[in-house]
Amino acid sequence: MSATTILELPPCRGDSYLTDGSTLTSWLLTHDHKRIAILYCLTITGFFLIGGAAAALIRLNLLTPQGLLLDAETYNRTFTLHGVVMVWLFLVPSIPTTFGNFLLPLMLGAKDLAFPRINLLSWYLFTASGLIVLAGLITGSVDTGWTFYEPLSSGYSSGALVVVLFGIFVNGFSSILTGLNFVVSIHRLRAPGLTWYRLPIFCWSTYATSVILMLATPILAVTLLLVAAEHLWGVGVFDPTHGGDPLLFQHMFWFYSHPAVYIMILPGMGVVSEIIPTFARKKIFGYHFIAWSSVAIAVVGFVVWGHHMFVSGESIYAALVFSFLSFVVAVPSAIKVFNWLATLHKGSISFEAPMLYALGFILLFTIGGLTGLFLATLAFDEHATATYFVVAHFHYIMVGGMVSAYFAALHFWWPKVTGRLYPESWARFAAILIFFGFNLTFFPQFILGYLGMPRRYATYPPEFQVWNVFSSAGASILAAAYILPLLYLGWSLVRGERAPSNPWGATGLEWQTPSPPPTDNFARTPRVTRPPYDYPEPTV
Amino acid sequence: MNGGVPFLPPSASNFAGEFNILFAGLLAITSAVLGLVVLLMFRFCAHYRRNNKTADRGHQTRKSWRWEVGWTTGSFVVFLGLYAWGADIYLREHHPPAKAEDIYVVGKRWMWKVEHQGGQREINTLHVALNQPVRLVMTSQDVIHGFFVPAFRLKQDVVPGRYVTLWFDPDQLGTYQLFCSQFCGTAHAEMGGNVTVMAPGDFAKWLAANASDATLSGDGAALFHRIGCDGCHGAGSTVPAPSLAGIYGQPVALRDGGSALADDDFIRGAILEPAQHAAAGFAPVMPSFAGQLDEEQVVSLVAYIKSLGSVPR
Repeated sequence: MSATTILELPPCRGDSYLTDGSTLTSWLLTHDHKRIAILYCLTITGFFLIGGAAAALIRLNLLTPQGLLLDAETYNRTFTLHGVVMVWLFLVPSIPTTFGNFLLPLMLGAKDLAFPRINLLSWYLFTASGLIVLAGLITGSVDTGWTFYEPLSSGYSSGALVVVLFGIFVNGFSSILTGLNFVVSIHRLRAPGLTWYRLPIFCWSTYATSVILMLATPILAVTLLLVAAEHLWGVGVFDPTHGGDPLLFQHMFWFYSHPAVYIMILPGMGVVSEIIPTFARKKIFGYHFIAWSSVAIAVVGFVVWGHHMFVSGESIYAALVFSFLSFVVAVPSAIKVFNWLATLHKGSISFEAPMLYALGFILLFTIGGLTGLFLATLAFDEHATATYFVVAHFHYIMVGGMVSAYFAALHFWWPKVTGRLYPESWARFAAILIFFGFNLTFFPQFILGYLGMPRRYATYPPEFQVWNVFSSAGASILAAAYILPLLYLGWSLVRGERAPSNPWGATGLEWQTPSPPPTDNFARTPRVTRPPYDYPEPTV
Repeated sequence: MNGGVPFLPPSASNFAGEFNILFAGLLAITSAVLGLVVLLMFRFCAHYRRNNKTADRGHQTRKSWRWEVGWTTGSFVVFLGLYAWGADIYLREHHPPAKAEDIYVVGKRWMWKVEHQGGQREINTLHVALNQPVRLVMTSQDVIHGFFVPAFRLKQDVVPGRYVTLWFDPDQLGTYQLFCSQFCGTAHAEMGGNVTVMAPGDFAKWLAANASDATLSGDGAALFHRIGCDGCHGAGSTVPAPSLAGIYGQPVALRDGGSALADDDFIRGAILEPAQHAAAGFAPVMPSFAGQLDEEQVVSLVAYIKSLGSVPR
């Protein structure tokens, strides 16, 4: 349907996308980006719970130096499952496939994404890949860690390695198609008057993320195929006993997996850039710098992969270059943090749950980023890499950052997505509990790593126990804090107050539609005449 | 480290002291940045909260580029300093002094096997002398392992198919933990042991007490004969093969026109993949010994070739 058709049919069909068809088929065969976002949300929530259960097992086991309940082999399989599920089935898809899908057309003033059918195909590929991966991990015996280092994975792992690799391979197509869909939509579907510099920052960060999804994922696909070929036929690409090179695997793997780190954080930065101006009632500070810093991160993020390999035996000259570039890629992140703070200056700030999550994000991301500087420093990395210091560092980014941002987004757009309001005080309580539980879980791991405790240890020397107990205690708080939103958000679906169309008084286009939006989003194609975050400046 | 809550690892190598200062520097700088972020966030959030009607919200900063240029440059300059500091130590960590004593280490699932020049062998322990620089020449029999001694602040992945080195100068007596830092399968967490730094006199006694019948290079010499290397490379051989005497540490002209330094890794490669390492002026007729020798045997051959010095063929 073209824009003119919409104009002939005001208001658009159906009251809301949620009531526009209630059969299972109307959901499973939908082309509506909003319904597909809901499908994704349900799927990744399931995967998050599975990955979280594995994390709980890991922390439970590490309560005692000998390992509380798992034998070494089971422990190794458990952290492999945790890593694989959390990276590919939760973090990579998390914000793009749910809020990206739901919001991008609304923010662009469009009816849907550029390719609605491909969007649905992405979800089917994703769900299938998730089931394949889980089948492999649970029935087989993959104990390689999520990194599949060679020649351990092809030469020494049995069972379902190939099944898991195939699942991740399929998962990649879902990533690529989603990225493609977003890039084309942002180029082609912007409403009249919606210039690039009038796009909300969320669109910029989604764009940067999508570019990485499209360009980096194929490298992973090739790498995993080669590991499978090595495992099945001993082709001799990575295994030195057949003339291969194990470091080649690491170069290829991190060529994907370091940019993938930015897939897992850029969308969170986009979310926070929406929330801070809304609750500070102020135009975002340094719009152009925040927007372009996302692009800078996406570009420079492609050339820092070697910092995962400082002690791998890569050339020391390569290490010097990769260390330098890793400091360079930290600059745009610093720019973002300072601009968010400057946005708070002279704002009119209120502290609803989304804002608490966003402020928590800034603090946790800052700690994660600063400890990244430690690891980019060559001599420090030589001691701290492959220890719990690294584990703590990337969990501050991935969990403290991205998962906090995901919860921030969930609370911020929940009234728009569901048409219901959640109990605010429970939400604030959960936000604060997550912050403290998170820090208690992961800060002790910095100390453990500095003391020298290597990661991926099923058992450990007894002097490390005290910090492990702190960490496990924190994990139990964190688990409770993650369950809480499931309960009160679920409750709000049934008993929550009806949400107005713009409960936060935000400026974005998505808030100009009813809550929840109709299937076709806008009664007529909106015409954009103002920059984003156009909050009135107080008169002096 | 008995009792109490541990905060700092022991320090026992020439790099540990420098590392501790680097860590203190990193901690000071990043804490200052974090402190600034926390301070600004709490200050702004408290002062500009919505129900504080008296806060002055006028004259908002519009020209943002000065600030942007300021904090971008500031961050970058600080980062450059940290980069140079860490890179300087790292470079020295990768340039062993000439007087460093070579010790060979082979990692295999799930143990560390150590061979000293004098033929002393140990498993999951490494004995070294105080203030005697050591260069570990390491390889793996199977998958990638990681040689990690927190008290030395050093770590090196031990990769199959090549030799990697790690050097240090132990400067505190004592026994320190050795970990495998690269995940290597089921018993990864058990693949550890100790490094013991001994007074030179005690170390000499230890060497004597653990002496074996043959030195490492002696083992290599026997193997050199047993598998027939000396048929071509030995004195009086009629087969045209390069002499190995005195080649260690010297540049070698290669058949493909390039040249290479005959270090441990080159010699290992020449034994296992001779075709890729053939010397200029000789037909590439040497058979590969890949799959016929384990890494410990190769280590002894390398030690033997190294010991040949400049004895004429």
